[in-house]
Amino acid sequence: MSISAPERKVREYFPTEDEYQGLLDKRSRRARLFQLACLLSLMIAVVALATLLYTIVNDSFGLVAVVNERDPEAIVADLGHEPDSVALVDLEFDELVGLLETTVGSGVGRRLERDQRFYDDRLVFESEEEWAEICSSDAPPEGCTAGPRDHSNVYALVLERVVVQDVIAAYDLVPSIFNPSGFEEEIAAGFEAGRFGEYTPDQASVEWRAWFNLNFLRSPQSATPEVAGIRTAILGSAWLVLITVLFSVPVGVGAAIYLVEYAKPTRLNSFIQTNINNLAGVPSIIYGMLGLAVLVRIFEPFTSGAIFTSGVPPAENGRTVLSAGLTLGLLALPVVIISAQEALQAVPDSLRHAGLALGATRWQTVRSQILPVALPGILTGTILAMARAIGETAPLILVGAASFITSDPTGPFSKFTALPIQIFQWTSYPQIEFQKLAAAASIALLLLLLTLNAAAVILRNKYSRRA
Amino acid sequence: MPNETSIEEPMTRDTERAKVTLPEHTDQPKPVADGGGVIETKAMSVYYGDFRAVADVSLNFVPNQITALIGPSGCGKSTVLRSLNRMNDLILTARTEGEVLYHGQNIYEDHIDPVEVRRTIGMVFQKPNPFPKSIFDNIAWGAKINDFKGSKSDLDDLVQEALESAALWEEVKDKLDESGYSLSGGQQQRLCIARAIATKPDVILMDEPCSSLDPIATLRIEELMLELKENYSIIIVTHNMQQAARVSDRTAFFNVKLNEQGMRTGRLVEFSPTDQLFTSPTEKDTEDYITGRFG
Repeated sequence: MSISAPERKVREYFPTEDEYQGLLDKRSRRARLFQLACLLSLMIAVVALATLLYTIVNDSFGLVAVVNERDPEAIVADLGHEPDSVALVDLEFDELVGLLETTVGSGVGRRLERDQRFYDDRLVFESEEEWAEICSSDAPPEGCTAGPRDHSNVYALVLERVVVQDVIAAYDLVPSIFNPSGFEEEIAAGFEAGRFGEYTPDQASVEWRAWFNLNFLRSPQSATPEVAGIRTAILGSAWLVLITVLFSVPVGVGAAIYLVEYAKPTRLNSFIQTNINNLAGVPSIIYGMLGLAVLVRIFEPFTSGAIFTSGVPPAENGRTVLSAGLTLGLLALPVVIISAQEALQAVPDSLRHAGLALGATRWQTVRSQILPVALPGILTGTILAMARAIGETAPLILVGAASFITSDPTGPFSKFTALPIQIFQWTSYPQIEFQKLAAAASIALLLLLLTLNAAAVILRNKYSRRA
Repeated sequence: MPNETSIEEPMTRDTERAKVTLPEHTDQPKPVADGGGVIETKAMSVYYGDFRAVADVSLNFVPNQITALIGPSGCGKSTVLRSLNRMNDLILTARTEGEVLYHGQNIYEDHIDPVEVRRTIGMVFQKPNPFPKSIFDNIAWGAKINDFKGSKSDLDDLVQEALESAALWEEVKDKLDESGYSLSGGQQQRLCIARAIATKPDVILMDEPCSSLDPIATLRIEELMLELKENYSIIIVTHNMQQAARVSDRTAFFNVKLNEQGMRTGRLVEFSPTDQLFTSPTEKDTEDYITGRFG
């Protein structure tokens, strides 16, 4: 080199070449350590989630030991079929109804018929005159208007009323697959210890059972775990989500628009903002207390529907799906406001200026230019809020979700139950069948959440693409 | 209020224009206030909180001319421009004193709705800011929100007319449904100009419209401005003195002055026809600036 670099003092601050190598190794080790720590964190999260899913699925399927009051094969044989080739489920509709007719008492039969009739053109348990009379009464039963039962419905009734299954023991999925003989030993031991009451070992048969099945989704709540389902709870949760969305989204987005687009940074407005942020962290039980005190009690004429029924005393008090939905709406409101605010703030000011400079009003600019851009973000936040609301249990217990209810909610003023309430109640029962039902209901709840999230993603992509 | 008619009047004519029946609207002489300007500022000062950004600006903008506002950074030329259609209202702490007269009507009077002011005095921004919508909707929206009463085909005509005026029609006529973002920077800026034209303003304010564009796109915008001044009065803020010299009829030079408390305040130094300002400036500051001694 022809030019020699002048002595630079700055060199002294850096380590020499040899020192540097050692220090570099040290730095690399430290980098690897932290990378590992982050990976470990991820693995803990994944393992936790996997365990959750494993537990739920493990509980929802598996071998069960059943005692049938009447053996299905014997029933089939009695009807003159070959039991080896014809199963109970293969029987004709008329044969199944006939089984019910000969087995259940006339009182139960009439109740079943009033819930839903068996044939369009004739009655099985009721007499024509009486049927006409009860259908012309002030409160006709559902059977007067609903269509007739189908085959699978009647088959479920036969299982419940004629065969009368009783699950006496249940096994988890994984041992059912890998150690089925262990289950039989367990049952044998149970019989020896006299744990199964008056049943004898030859009455019990082992079969596979998916606790999460179509009938489980379609049947109403029941005290008999073999036939209990979650239709009532699913419909209750659906009503809750509907009311929650209808309340919290317009109100939340409106409040966010005001705060972002109109509010000046006054002391009052920053006070309001701080409080909204704090409200997002308030425990849900507090919202439950608010719902109980205000919506259920003070606003009872409104939430029970009394003011809409003009004088006729309401069937329910304020503990309706409306009260609960509004409570969850209040719970979701701060989250909706905050996420909508963030989405609106992320829209560049240049768009606002562009709109206003054309002679648009604030509202025209917000409505046509700002909101469409912010919509995907608002949707994401809203869905997250809904996902939180749908899993809430504590506030629902306080505002009076029904602990046992078999009738579907028919409107905002119905009594109701919801999926998390149902799960909570089933887990508190000692019988193993109810534990299984709770696990199956958890699957339903998770699937419902998954559906909601998928809907959010689809909506978001749809609106993002429009830009 | 007799004064109100002066701002109402062009709006009434605008309704006719919106029907696209009178493309020659601007041939008619515009009503002009005493000073002869379409916009006139009288001792205007703009404050941001306690800070006085520009002081005592008295300017007279001649109709159908391009007026350039030039000066070093921080001299308040953009502030002055934004005060002319009340876009400064959007800055919470901003406050304007003095008078801004549009055809003799002070636009800062209480009964004047800034929405009406901005519709009449349109604006094009430094960075192209098309809406995230189709090219067609970018133009049509301004008409729609201003209560456009014509039919669908009238709207088509309006869009075409605006795009033609902005010298963009030939480039986009086959892709009106595509997003405004799909255009190049220069095309986007011409789209923004077309958008401003479509609401039939009287004056177009341009805030450094070419600062994010390459020289070729800049040239196209400059040519466009020269075409547009037939029909509109244009006020442009620019950092580029050559641009001011090329396109403008009159130029206002602003400079930063320190006041007694050491606060920087922008002041109007010189305002004269462009060729005069660039060839024989009367002020020392102007001469220093245009000869490149500072700024």
